Amino acid sequence: MRDFARLIKRLDTTNKTTVKVQALADYFQSAADQDKVWTIALLSHRRPSRPVNTTLLRTYAAELAKIDLWLFEDSYHIVGDLAETIALVVPQIQEVLEAKSLTAYLEDIIWLKKQEDEVKKAYLQKHWSGLPYYERFVFTKLLTGGFRIGVSQKLMTKALAKATDLDEDVLAYKLMGNWDPATISFQDLVLAEKAGDSDSKPYPFYLAYALEDSLEDLGAAADWSAEYKWDGIRAQLIKRNGQIFLWTRGEELVTDRYPEFEVLKETLPDGTVLDGELLPWIEGDIGSFNDLQKRIGRRTVSKNILKQVPVMLRAYDLLEYKGEDIRHLAFEQRRAYLEETLKGQAEDVLSISASLPFEQWGTLANARAKARLVKSEGLMLKRKDAPYRVGRKKGDWWKWKLDPLSIDAVLTYAMRGHGRRSNLFTDYTFGLWTENDAGERILVTFAKAYSGLTDAEFKQVDKYIKNNTIERFGPVRSVVPHLVFEIGFEGLALSSRHKSGVATRFPRILRWRTDKTIQEANSLDDLKKMIP
Amino acid sequence: MEMNNAVGQLFFLKWLYFMSSSGNHSRSSADNINRKTPLLVFNDKGIYCPIADIYIDAWRPVDKCIITHGHSDHARYGHKHYLTHHNNVPIIKHRLGKINVKGIEWGEQVSVNGVVFSLHPAGHVIGSSQVRVEYKGEVWVFTGDYKLQDDGVCQAYESIPCHAMITECTFGLPAFNWRPQAEVMEDINTWWADNAAEGKTSIIFAYSLGKAQRILKHLNTDLGKIYTHGAIEKMTEVLRSIQDFPTTELITRETQKKDLLGQIVIAPPSAHGSPWIRKMVPYETAAASGWMAFRGARRRRAMDRGFVLSDHCDWQGLLQAIESSGAEKVICTHGYTDIFSKYLRSIGLDARTEKTQFEGEVLESEKEAV
Repeated sequence: MRDFARLIKRLDTTNKTTVKVQALADYFQSAADQDKVWTIALLSHRRPSRPVNTTLLRTYAAELAKIDLWLFEDSYHIVGDLAETIALVVPQIQEVLEAKSLTAYLEDIIWLKKQEDEVKKAYLQKHWSGLPYYERFVFTKLLTGGFRIGVSQKLMTKALAKATDLDEDVLAYKLMGNWDPATISFQDLVLAEKAGDSDSKPYPFYLAYALEDSLEDLGAAADWSAEYKWDGIRAQLIKRNGQIFLWTRGEELVTDRYPEFEVLKETLPDGTVLDGELLPWIEGDIGSFNDLQKRIGRRTVSKNILKQVPVMLRAYDLLEYKGEDIRHLAFEQRRAYLEETLKGQAEDVLSISASLPFEQWGTLANARAKARLVKSEGLMLKRKDAPYRVGRKKGDWWKWKLDPLSIDAVLTYAMRGHGRRSNLFTDYTFGLWTENDAGERILVTFAKAYSGLTDAEFKQVDKYIKNNTIERFGPVRSVVPHLVFEIGFEGLALSSRHKSGVATRFPRILRWRTDKTIQEANSLDDLKKMIP
Repeated sequence: MEMNNAVGQLFFLKWLYFMSSSGNHSRSSADNINRKTPLLVFNDKGIYCPIADIYIDAWRPVDKCIITHGHSDHARYGHKHYLTHHNNVPIIKHRLGKINVKGIEWGEQVSVNGVVFSLHPAGHVIGSSQVRVEYKGEVWVFTGDYKLQDDGVCQAYESIPCHAMITECTFGLPAFNWRPQAEVMEDINTWWADNAAEGKTSIIFAYSLGKAQRILKHLNTDLGKIYTHGAIEKMTEVLRSIQDFPTTELITRETQKKDLLGQIVIAPPSAHGSPWIRKMVPYETAAASGWMAFRGARRRRAMDRGFVLSDHCDWQGLLQAIESSGAEKVICTHGYTDIFSKYLRSIGLDARTEKTQFEGEVLESEKEAV
């Protein structure tokens, strides 16, 4: 475990991807095989289930530190991470425990889950008092959750490829699916060759830039094709040798999370690669991104959630046709093959993103104005004669998104951030004016946001909050209403679950309105008028 | 170390002399002060002794002010008369320019209107004091900023028995537990040696008064040369009259990048990310601060390394200081005041919080106004 803790420390002390990959590759070259399997599991969200609930963890840690629970809780609110708080408050060690492998610790954790509380307590307190600070932190992290060290499955796979000289995409395929780190060997998981290993190999995505200039600057309207821009997850769907593979833009293989596409095994021809958007498809209509979030990151999909939030792929490009890479062909040509390929496919699972007919640029502006009504976030413009390029390239694809809706609101509550923002108040709640029953003008909460300010602005607002706190509720503070911010959001819907009666989609801070007093902030009625 | 009466009297006269404008006035108004008024109060200008009409570490200009130490949130510009430990005199003169300042010894008693003031080592930085205030047998202590650990640079902290203690609590959370200085310095020296082996320059960020000299004093000079930023060099130069430090070399326009490879540079936190630093590639950066105990703080600062080293008390240090003083009444000034005073009440002390403008150890660079 010492080398694993050292690895986590190295990963945690750098922001450079190359250094992270190197640290992981070094580890994969030197660690014991079974520790490697567990490391892969931990970094791809396959940790054993939590053996001890957090209430007990807090109680046992506070007891060991000889402090009251309230003091532990207050410390936790400031530190911002449970495992870190525990590692910090428990007394410094007197005698170091004998070293154990990472695998041994994880076996302990699996065993621990079934034990009586007294056994759990004794085990935890023994290890907290017998491990040096950083190992104590990593040990506790194994019990509580993700490491938040900026290592994606993709980055981990890259490092493993570097350490084993295996192809990265082949590795990604090997690591997907349901394997159990407690039983599988490194040989079986990583090294053994499997038939069809490279069938899953995706193409790099071509990414568009946001349109900066006017449409006229793009040249003749006739050279361009337009379609709506969908607000889901960019994905590549592959059918080869009777198998289906689904990749997302983070180049993560997620086939097993979306069983909807299984049916395409029968109907889609082999040697087909589609580029499109993964969208929630609820009762014949596109759902909201909030719906889709219920599916993202969920490894095992229950029948209930499958019924609640089914997904579909809205395809807009074809990269491989009859087993042949056709990315060099003109968009228009690929589009023709795409239409041909999608004919007769189950439309509730796979549909085409329609082309918008237009002869003049002016017509497009009208289409864009209607984007919100068809649940899209704007338009995509693609040059008809362009090939499918690699990565983000200017010139052939442009996204022409809708401007966000916005409103001026008053900062009313603040909470400390997490991770690199712990100890700074960076999570804010905003209010709009309304009248209560007595006819008084009051602020009602309408949205929370924690992004959109610069570090310098966060620091200034943090200082204001610390000096102008009215009341504290655990980690939350109510603040003297004084600061006004312009809040942007993508959509609005009536909601009975929100105090204001309105739910906003992706609220974020657009700017700090230092020029406005709180009296000049908007009202809830102003917001309701924006609901389509 | 108590002063004998004759010497005490002498300084009482001097004190009155340099504050001659209000000497008689304070005596007559003192009689009108209700004895229920605490010996020290907090007003909008600072910590104030109404009977003696004297402030301690005032944040607005006042007539007479006792200064605990040279950091800018405690030693401010604009007072008419300053009284401080004599080791702090060159420091505040360097920072504040021409001021009317009087330096005294540890334990030397200064009486004003029946109130006896004396300064005692706080162990925070060179010349840092606690202020002991006694009136008719009642003793108050204002700690200023302090730490219990002997850092080998400044006079070590001395526990003062008192009835009421006004304490800072910058790190008043059980999450803060300092390791012994020798271990942290060993880490810093190892880090320097590792960087040197890779042909890189080591840049460590530390306050120009206090932390910089504490690190400097304990660097392993066998590893190479120690370079400094101007702010650090100037302050260290001032302190060399009080304490011995290894030789340092100021970085100037003439300093070549290759001269710095493998060496260590001590710079103020405000230099982080500046063009001055960027010229030194390849380098590794580190910060030395109590806040480096927090992973979030380490990552926010985007430092390659964070060493947990503070000139303030950790949790146990604060508790130990309060316990050994025997104080029944504790007033917490800056830091995690609410949590810390709540804890003190839970163990039976009469504890509360007072708002001041002291900042304690600030993570970012705003304190470094040199």
